[in-house]
Amino acid sequence: MAFKKIIDSKKLLASLAVFMLLGTNVLMAQTVTADAAAKPGVNWLSVGYYVLLFVLISIAIGVVGKILRVYDLSQQIQGKKGTNWNNIMGTICLIFMVVGLSAAFWDITEQGSMTLPEAASKHGVKIDAMFLTTTCITLFVFVITQILLFSFLFRYKHSDKRRAYFLPHNNTIEKVWTIIPAIVLTVLVIFGFFTWQEVENSSPVKGDINIDVTGHQFAWEIRYAGPDGILGKKDFRLTAGANKLGIDFKDKNSMDDLQADTLVLPVNKVIRLNIFAQDVIHSVYMPHFRVQQNAVPGLPTFFKFTPTITTEEMRRKVDDPKFEYLLYCNKICGSSHYNMQRVVRVVTEGEYNQWLAKQKPYLTPALRTELKLAAADQKKSITQNRLALNN
Amino acid sequence: MSTLAVHDHGVAHHEEGHEHHHDTFLTKYVFSQDHKMIAKQFLITGITMAVIAMLLSILFRIQLAYPDKSFPLLETLLGRFAPEGRLDPEFYLSLVTIHGTIMVFFVLTAGLSGTFSNLLIPLQVGARDMASPFLNMLSYWFFFTACVIMLSSFFVQKGPAGGGWTIYPPLSALPTAMKGSGLGMTLWLISMVCFVASSLMGGINYVSTVLNMRTKGMDLWKMPLTIWAFFLTAILGVLSFPVLVAGVVLLIFDRSFGTSFYLSDIVVNGQVMPFEGGSPILFQHLFWFLGHPEVYIVIMPAMGISSEIMSVNSRKPIFGYHAMVYSLIGITVLSFIVWGHHMFITGMNPFLGGVFMITTLIIAVPSAVKTFNWLATLWRGNIRFTPAMLFAIGMVSFFISGGITGIFLGNAALDINLHDTYFVVAHFHLVMGSAAIFGMLAGVYHWFPKMFGRMMDEKLGYLHFWLTFIGAYLVFFPMHFMGLDGVPRRYYAFTEFASMQRWLSVNMFITWAAIMSACAQVAFLYNFISSIFFGKKATQNPWQANTLEWTTPVEHLHGNWPGEIPSVYRWPYDYSKPGAEEDYILQTTPLSQTMSSNLPHDFEDNPAGLEALNKWTSTQKANEEVK
Repeated sequence: MAFKKIIDSKKLLASLAVFMLLGTNVLMAQTVTADAAAKPGVNWLSVGYYVLLFVLISIAIGVVGKILRVYDLSQQIQGKKGTNWNNIMGTICLIFMVVGLSAAFWDITEQGSMTLPEAASKHGVKIDAMFLTTTCITLFVFVITQILLFSFLFRYKHSDKRRAYFLPHNNTIEKVWTIIPAIVLTVLVIFGFFTWQEVENSSPVKGDINIDVTGHQFAWEIRYAGPDGILGKKDFRLTAGANKLGIDFKDKNSMDDLQADTLVLPVNKVIRLNIFAQDVIHSVYMPHFRVQQNAVPGLPTFFKFTPTITTEEMRRKVDDPKFEYLLYCNKICGSSHYNMQRVVRVVTEGEYNQWLAKQKPYLTPALRTELKLAAADQKKSITQNRLALNN
Repeated sequence: MSTLAVHDHGVAHHEEGHEHHHDTFLTKYVFSQDHKMIAKQFLITGITMAVIAMLLSILFRIQLAYPDKSFPLLETLLGRFAPEGRLDPEFYLSLVTIHGTIMVFFVLTAGLSGTFSNLLIPLQVGARDMASPFLNMLSYWFFFTACVIMLSSFFVQKGPAGGGWTIYPPLSALPTAMKGSGLGMTLWLISMVCFVASSLMGGINYVSTVLNMRTKGMDLWKMPLTIWAFFLTAILGVLSFPVLVAGVVLLIFDRSFGTSFYLSDIVVNGQVMPFEGGSPILFQHLFWFLGHPEVYIVIMPAMGISSEIMSVNSRKPIFGYHAMVYSLIGITVLSFIVWGHHMFITGMNPFLGGVFMITTLIIAVPSAVKTFNWLATLWRGNIRFTPAMLFAIGMVSFFISGGITGIFLGNAALDINLHDTYFVVAHFHLVMGSAAIFGMLAGVYHWFPKMFGRMMDEKLGYLHFWLTFIGAYLVFFPMHFMGLDGVPRRYYAFTEFASMQRWLSVNMFITWAAIMSACAQVAFLYNFISSIFFGKKATQNPWQANTLEWTTPVEHLHGNWPGEIPSVYRWPYDYSKPGAEEDYILQTTPLSQTMSSNLPHDFEDNPAGLEALNKWTSTQKANEEVK
């Protein structure tokens, strides 16, 4: 009987394999036709094929079920015990544990190596250290508990001869496993708390570089302070036409503010990103620097960090000449949320200054005429009045 | 206890009413006030919604695996939502949103609590019905209305709500910001208000039933862990859901009446909006004040169900019953003060973030205690692998795997880089999604005989379990690594970033694993439906369990017990007690009938009983010496 089952399953396997092969053929054929025709219709053949495949698998499962039933009944007629499902399930649990843990290990080595390269910022290194500690602790707990869980299942599977051990509680052991996690978590909390305080530290640093990043559907606007090093004021009510950020040009500091397509940062300098959003919530996400901060309309936020590895260096480190740091949106913001990115380039200070000198100011000639600032240089007071009227 | 008077009354009333009680189809199956029927209504509606939400997830999984490919069939099925056979990006977001909403609220809150609280609270505490059967019926019908409204949003021109299940304003508040913030969002909000009303009516009912209608002898420390879990879940719901209504109503005001609770300084498509003075963060506070307790509302019933099922099928008392209860209480209390960990990087004051981080990591302690206690329950047990047991074990396995990643995300410093990435998706789908749905399925397999008087097929149950269990791990485990590579969630396609394109093969793998798991659910649906009609007839106590529900007759009757409600004399976990004849002792068996198995521990607050036990043991000893 058991032998017969194997034959059955082999047949099943063979037919499955044949269907799979046929299926790929049909699919391939479909892609070819899809390319050929401008607007392909539904390929009902392949739809029908998948449905048929599913029905056949279901029938096969039904047949196996019936065979098992017949087998059990025939055993019962002969006065033997039927299939012992407790043993089978216990064994499968053990197999699952071994295969599952090896698969997890494989996954961690294989895909774990596809994760982000080393942190390219000062605080990022601390976050990574914290991550490593947490990973070690949790992986240890994960492996131990899963092994205990599944090996207990195998070891203590049902037997008619045995009774379970009556153990309603044991205060000592319960105290132990309340206190140990509590201690471990306290350590993590303290470690994490101080790292967090340090990362979010808001005390001003002399000579830090202020850059405005403003999110809107679906792009980032980047504003650098001009030669004066100070960013001008903004007011959302001033947003109109060419003044897409609502920069207040009454503020002298705004006159020399620069716009850029790329977020270029000098290495080893404290950068303060001032983060704004115009329409909905966005999120400034720069994973290589371990930087993320939501951009919230009506609530200016900021993130301070120090990049430590230039783009050139990182390209060498990850062995990819096309590598770029990126800034992208990480808070659902609408239809093109999935494509809202800016290249971030970390360069030496010299390169940074050269690059900055080439950037265009926000106050373009077009904007000047629009805001009637053409005569601004001569008659400042009049212009101000006009601006007020404009509002 | 205080319940005695109520019961005597109930008995008298019941015996008199039972003779001439004729149900029409309408009162029996549709507008039923019987808790068992309402439980079935919740279950079947919940399963239907789960299937719908699962199909939605398959749709967006196909998009993620084949972002460049056209599937003409999709256009046939979805029409304008999939032009040229490719999902519309905004419809993709709608799919994600509605998948999340349905799964969290309609399946794992109403489908899980609604089903099992309704079924088990009266049966396990020994009550004829819920405290207010009418309110109970109303609770179901509000839930049903909410479901209908939510699904109806697929039939409006601009499609369903699309701002993510957390519907953060301003995205959800500005109809011009995306299609999904139009009529679809209005329907979402209305549906949610109905849902919360339903949930409150249910919750108040559960709390009052547990507190007031326990049978004689059923003091709080004799209640099964299922009841403890449902009770605390209901308290959580009653205290936190109203806050969501407040948040939702203010959002309705912002959307429809021009107020600025959540909106300020907004320019959409170059057009300056008049809103001033509001704060989007306020909505997040209100939302997560419910939203975080909500995840415990989802997982605690699953914990209770799994504890009960693991004890029954290991033939062993649950290890550390008191610790289990106290950890549930601890989770309940703490869950109210951790909501800020969803908002570490949203612009909330970083100091507050630090505080929330401390409370969040503290909540891991009761969770760890529960896990260790489950493992200790299995240790030296006599484990019967029923499908229910397997699902309960699966729940524990998922709870561990998903729970430990919570330690990363609860840490504000680590959350900076992990927030809103696939790491989060993997975390909550394991710890809350898969674990809770496994708890629910365990409950369905275990109490199916109680609900329908028939047994489900075990072998199909095994097949269902292994395919789903392995499938869920295959789907969610690789997602951790995508998250660690900085791949954000809710992205329509990963084609625009070179760094994300290399995850395409992983996405294809995940999609196929998801399709396999979805197909495996057919085994469950077939098993469930066919067993209702053709399953093997159940015996009164098919699992040899101790709790009260197995003392009721297989045939349902209004009022649950034909005669007097049985009294309870012991806790529900006397399995494999040394000296007992069988490996289980019903809660209704008095200690006087089990002298050979009594322990001094059983008489902690009963000196007379202890004396009797001592006397009995000494006579036994004397007898033995005589022999």
